[in-house]
Amino acid sequence: MIDINAPVTDPGVKNALDKRGNARESLLPILLEVVKENSFLTDTAMKEIAGALDISSAEVFGVASFYEFLPIGYNGKNTIRVCKNISCYIEGKDEIIKAIEDFLKIKAGETTRDGKFTFKTANCLGWCHKGPAMLINDTPHTDLTPEKAIALISEYT
Amino acid sequence: MARSPFPKKISDSHKRVDLIFSELPTEKTLQKIIKMTPDRIIRDITDSGLRGRGGAGFPTGRKWTYAREAEGDEKYIICNADEGEPGTFKDREILDRRSGKVFLGMAIAAKAVGANRGFIYLRGEYSYMAKDLLGEIDEFNKLLTSKSVDFKIELRLGAGAYVCGEETALIESMEGHRGEARNKPPFPATVGFRGKPTVVNNVETLVYATMIISIGPKKFEELGTKYSHGAKVFCISGDAGLKGMFELELGMKTDEFVNIFGDGATKAVQVGGASGQCVPRKKFKDTILGFEGVPTGGSMMLFNSSRSMYNVLKNYLEFFTEESCGQCTPCRVGCQQLLRGIEAVKTGRLPNTYLDDLIRVAKTMRITAKCGLGQSVANPFISIVDNFREEMMHF
Amino acid sequence: MGGMINLKINDIPISIEEGASILDAAKKINIQIPTLCHHDDLCVAGNCRVCVVEQAGMKTLPTACSTPVTEGMEILTNTPRVLGCRRTIIELLLSEHNVDCPHCYRNVNCELQGLAEEYSVDNPKLISLVTDESVEISSPSIRKDSSRCIRCQRCVRTCAELQHVTALCVANRGAEMKISTFMDRPMDQVVCTSCGQCINRCPTGALVEHNYIAEIWDHLGDPDKYLVVQTAPAVRVGLGEMLGFDPGTRVTGKMVTALRMIGFDAVFDTNFTADLTIMEEGTELLLRLKKALLDKKPVALPLLTSCSPGWIKYIEHEHHSLLDNLSTCKSPQQMFGPLAKTYYAEKAGIDPAGMIVVSIMPCTAKKFEANRPEMKVSGYKDVDYVLTTREFGRMIKQAGLDFKNLEDSKCDSILGKHTGAGVIFGATGGVAEAALRTVYEIITGREVPFKNLNITAVRGMEGVREASIKIEDCVDDWKFLEGVSLKVAIAHGLANARMLMKQVEKGESPYHFIEVMACPGGCLGGGGQPIPTNREIREKRAKAIYEEDESLELRKSHENPEVQKLYEEFLGKPGGRRSHELLHTSYTARS
Repeated sequence: MIDINAPVTDPGVKNALDKRGNARESLLPILLEVVKENSFLTDTAMKEIAGALDISSAEVFGVASFYEFLPIGYNGKNTIRVCKNISCYIEGKDEIIKAIEDFLKIKAGETTRDGKFTFKTANCLGWCHKGPAMLINDTPHTDLTPEKAIALISEYT
Repeated sequence: MARSPFPKKISDSHKRVDLIFSELPTEKTLQKIIKMTPDRIIRDITDSGLRGRGGAGFPTGRKWTYAREAEGDEKYIICNADEGEPGTFKDREILDRRSGKVFLGMAIAAKAVGANRGFIYLRGEYSYMAKDLLGEIDEFNKLLTSKSVDFKIELRLGAGAYVCGEETALIESMEGHRGEARNKPPFPATVGFRGKPTVVNNVETLVYATMIISIGPKKFEELGTKYSHGAKVFCISGDAGLKGMFELELGMKTDEFVNIFGDGATKAVQVGGASGQCVPRKKFKDTILGFEGVPTGGSMMLFNSSRSMYNVLKNYLEFFTEESCGQCTPCRVGCQQLLRGIEAVKTGRLPNTYLDDLIRVAKTMRITAKCGLGQSVANPFISIVDNFREEMMHF
Repeated sequence: MGGMINLKINDIPISIEEGASILDAAKKINIQIPTLCHHDDLCVAGNCRVCVVEQAGMKTLPTACSTPVTEGMEILTNTPRVLGCRRTIIELLLSEHNVDCPHCYRNVNCELQGLAEEYSVDNPKLISLVTDESVEISSPSIRKDSSRCIRCQRCVRTCAELQHVTALCVANRGAEMKISTFMDRPMDQVVCTSCGQCINRCPTGALVEHNYIAEIWDHLGDPDKYLVVQTAPAVRVGLGEMLGFDPGTRVTGKMVTALRMIGFDAVFDTNFTADLTIMEEGTELLLRLKKALLDKKPVALPLLTSCSPGWIKYIEHEHHSLLDNLSTCKSPQQMFGPLAKTYYAEKAGIDPAGMIVVSIMPCTAKKFEANRPEMKVSGYKDVDYVLTTREFGRMIKQAGLDFKNLEDSKCDSILGKHTGAGVIFGATGGVAEAALRTVYEIITGREVPFKNLNITAVRGMEGVREASIKIEDCVDDWKFLEGVSLKVAIAHGLANARMLMKQVEKGESPYHFIEVMACPGGCLGGGGQPIPTNREIREKRAKAIYEEDESLELRKSHENPEVQKLYEEFLGKPGGRRSHELLHTSYTARS
C-alpha cells in the first residue's frame, strides 16, 4: 500500500526528503542521502521513499539494486572498495585484497562482525596510473602497498 | 620485469599540446562568449573539427546544431563526468584542476543551443570532489547572474554504474531510473532529459570547446590529422615506462607512442580502455591513434611480454558482465557467454574452435546491442582473440 | 504528425503515417519480422533485439519495433546478415533459458520455442547459463519460474502500464539482472493482485497459472466425490481458441457437453449467480441511494462493483479509504459456491461434505479469491478449485474429446438457467449494463430506454467510459429518484481504475455507480484466457458475448425464473438476512 500521507519514521529518510524533495527525478539523490546517513537501505526506508514519491516500492527496489553505491539490506559503517581492473591488477591489487582480507578476517563482499567494515572489490575507480587504488567511503587512496592499506583502514577502527 | 627509465623525454615530442590544463581567465572568456552569436559559436565548433572526446567521437558541432534546431521550451546541457572506462582518469583531473573551463564549455554550449539549465553528472566514485565542485559551481552561477546570463549549473551524483556514461542511460539515471539505455532514435539532442532537447558532452569535449572559442577554431583544426583534428588527453597506465596524463595531438602512430611510453617490452596496447581495441606489436607501425585508425576516449593501457592476454581479456569480460545494464539480449547474455566461453576453452572443456563461435557472438553483439556498451564488447574480444589466439587456447 | 513517410522494405515501396515503426510498415505489406519483447498492448521496449533489420547506410542493425520510419529509408528484413544475427540472438536467449520444453506448461505455445524452430536453432552450441531451476509457487494464482524467463520485461510493463501495480520489477544489472519483486519477496507477500495479465503476455513459461488439473482428475476418479462445476460467462467466448476455433467463436453448448463427458456430476453456470449478483447489488445500490438522497444519511457512494477479485485485492492494497464503497456482494463465483453446498445439496440430497465445487474461470485471481479464509460460509470451502479457461481447454484435450464436433447441450437445472444480463458480465461494461436493465425497471416499471435493451454507451474498449440515465416517472416506492440522472462509470485495467479512484478519494467523483474490471476488456481478457491476447482478439470475444446476450430469450436478471425461485424457496428477498449470510462479504486492508 502506497500512502503518500503516511508518516515517515526513518530519520534518514525524513532528512533526505527534506533535503531533496519528493519529485520522481529525485529518487537517486534521496537514496544516496539515506545511504550516507544509514549506511544502507532497509525495507522500511524504501517503502517510505516509495510512499513519499507515490511510486511502487518494487520500483524503488529495482532502481536501488541497479547501482553499486546503494547497498540494500545490510552494509558496514565503512565501505572499502579496492579496484580490480586491469591496471590495478598489474600494480598488484591481489596482494592488497589479500592483506585486507587477512586484516579484517573477511572475504571480499562480506561485512565484519562488528559491522564496522564492508569490504568489496570495485570496477575502475579512475586512478589507473597510481594503482593499486581503493576508496574508503568517499575518500580515494592510491599507490597502495599492503602495509599502507592496512594503516589507512586502521584509522577507521 | 624491471622497468626501464623514461625511454624518451616526453617534452621532446613535437606532439605535446597544452590546451586542456592551460590557465584561462574565466570572466574574460565569459565576456567573449556573451558577445558571440549562437550561429558563430556553432560555426567555430564545426570548423574546428571537434569530435566528442568521451569515446564515441560524434562531431560536436553537429550535435549542437541538432539541439539548436530541435523545438523545446526548455533545453539542457549535461556535462558527462561519469568517467568509468578502465584506464581513464582525465575527467577527474580536469574537473579537479580546471573546472572553470568545463563550466565555460557548458555556457558556450548553452548559448549555442539556447539552453538555460546545465547539469554535471559526476560519477559516484568521484563523490569526494562534490563539495569543492559545488562551491565552484556556485561561484560560477553567481558570475553568470552578475552578467545577466540566463544559465545555471547543477551537480548530480551517479551511484556506481559504468553504463551511465552512455548518454541515454545517463539521462535515465538523472530522471531517477535504472541506468538503462534508451532506444535511439530519437537522440537526446531532440528528445533528452525530461523529454527536452539535450546536449550531453564529455568533460574534455567541453574544455576543448572553451579553448576553441578562446584561441579560434583554426589553431585547433590545424592540430592532428585530416580526420582527427586537435588534441586529446591520453591516460597512460599498465606496463608503461611513463604513466599519467599527457595531452597529445591526435594522429600519432602507435609505435611512436610506444617508444615514448612503453617499458621496452610492450607487446600490446589497449587503446580506448576495456571497450577499445587491442593493438598488437606487429601492428604498431600501421596503427594511427585517431578516428581514422583506432580512436580512444583517453585510456591507453600497455602490456608487456610478461602479461597473459587471456587474463587481460578475462578481466575485461568480467567487467562487462557486471556493468552491462542487462536489458538487451546481446549484451546481457553475450557478455556471459564470451566470459564463460574463453574459460571453457582455456581449461579444455570446449575445443579451441569454440573461439570461432564466440567471435560470431561478438560480431552479433557489435551490430545488434542496444547501446555503445554492448556494441563495443566486440572490440577487445575480437582484437585480442584474433591477435593472441594462442594465448587463449588450451594445449 | 499526420504526414506520410515513403520508404522501401525489401525493395517494396510503402507509404505510412509519420511516427509508425519499421515493424508497423512491414506488417502493412505482410512482411513478417519476428518479435519477442514487443506486445501490441504495451509500450515499445526494444530489448530482446530479435526484430533487427538492415538499414541502408547504417553499420548497426536497428530494431524494427523501436525505430520510426524516415523518408527515403531502405530496409532489408531477410539478408543473411540479419538472419544470422537473429539466429545468434535466439541462441543467446536459449542459453539463459531452461530448455526443458516437454516439462514446461507452455510447451508448444511458447514464442521462444516457435522462433527456435523457425530459425533452425537445433544444435545448441552455447553454454547453458541456467543455475537455479526452482519455481516460486507461493501464490495460489501465479507460478514464477525464473529459469524460463528471457527478461523481455513484458510482465513488468504489463504490471506497470496496464495495471499500475508494479508488483513486478527489474532488479540488479548485468548478468544478475532479473525480473523480481520488492526485496525479491515471494509473490504472495507483495502487492500482486493475482490478475494474471503478466501470464497472458509472457512469451515463455516463466509465468504460468498455478494449475490444479491433476487434482481435478483425481477427484473425478473418486466415486465418493460429487463434482459440481460452474463456468464463467467469458469462458465460452475464449475456450474455442484453444480447440481449433477462431477468436470470437461461441462454444457454449459444446462446453457444457465436454464438461459432462469429462465426468462432472452437475454442470451449472456462473451466469446464474451473475443474475443473482444483479439482484443483490442492484438492491444495494438502491438502498444506498435511498439513504443518501431520501434519509440524507452518510453513505459511501459511488458504489463500486466487487465481481473482479483482482480489482478487490488491488483496492485492498492501494485504496484503504474506499473499502466502504465496495459492494458487499460476493463475486458470482463465490455466490455460487455456498448455494451449491447448501441450497442445491439439500434439494438434490447430496452430502456437501463430499461435494467438490469447481469453477472454470477466465481468471487467475479467482484462485486467490476461492482461497480467502472467509469464503467458507457453507461450512466447507465454498469453491474448492478454480481452473482457468486454459486449464479446462487442456483437460478437454487430455480427455481426447473431439471438441469441434461435439453436440450442444444445456446446463443442469436450478443453478444453470441464466439471462443475457448474466452473460454480459464477461465484457467490460456488462455488469453496469445488466444492473441498469434491472435497476431502471425497478425504479420506473419500464424497460431501459435503449433500442433492444442494448446500452451501447457503456460498451467498447475505451479505458474509462461513462453513461447517464435520467430517471423519470418513477413508481411510488422510488419517487425520491424522480429527475435524478443516474451516472455510471466503467473502467477496465487497473491503471484506468486508479484514475477513477483518485477522483473518488478527492471527493470529486460525479458517479453513483462504478464498474471496475481488473483486466483489459473485462473478464473476456482475463488472466486465465487463452494466449495470445490483443485488442483485436478481445474485441472479437466481446462481440461474441453480446451476440450470446441477444440470442437469449431472457435478457434481464430479474426475469430469471430460477433466481426468482431461489428467492421464494430459500433466500427470501434480495438483501435479506440469508442473502447477507451467504452472498455478502467484507474486505481487508492489506499492506
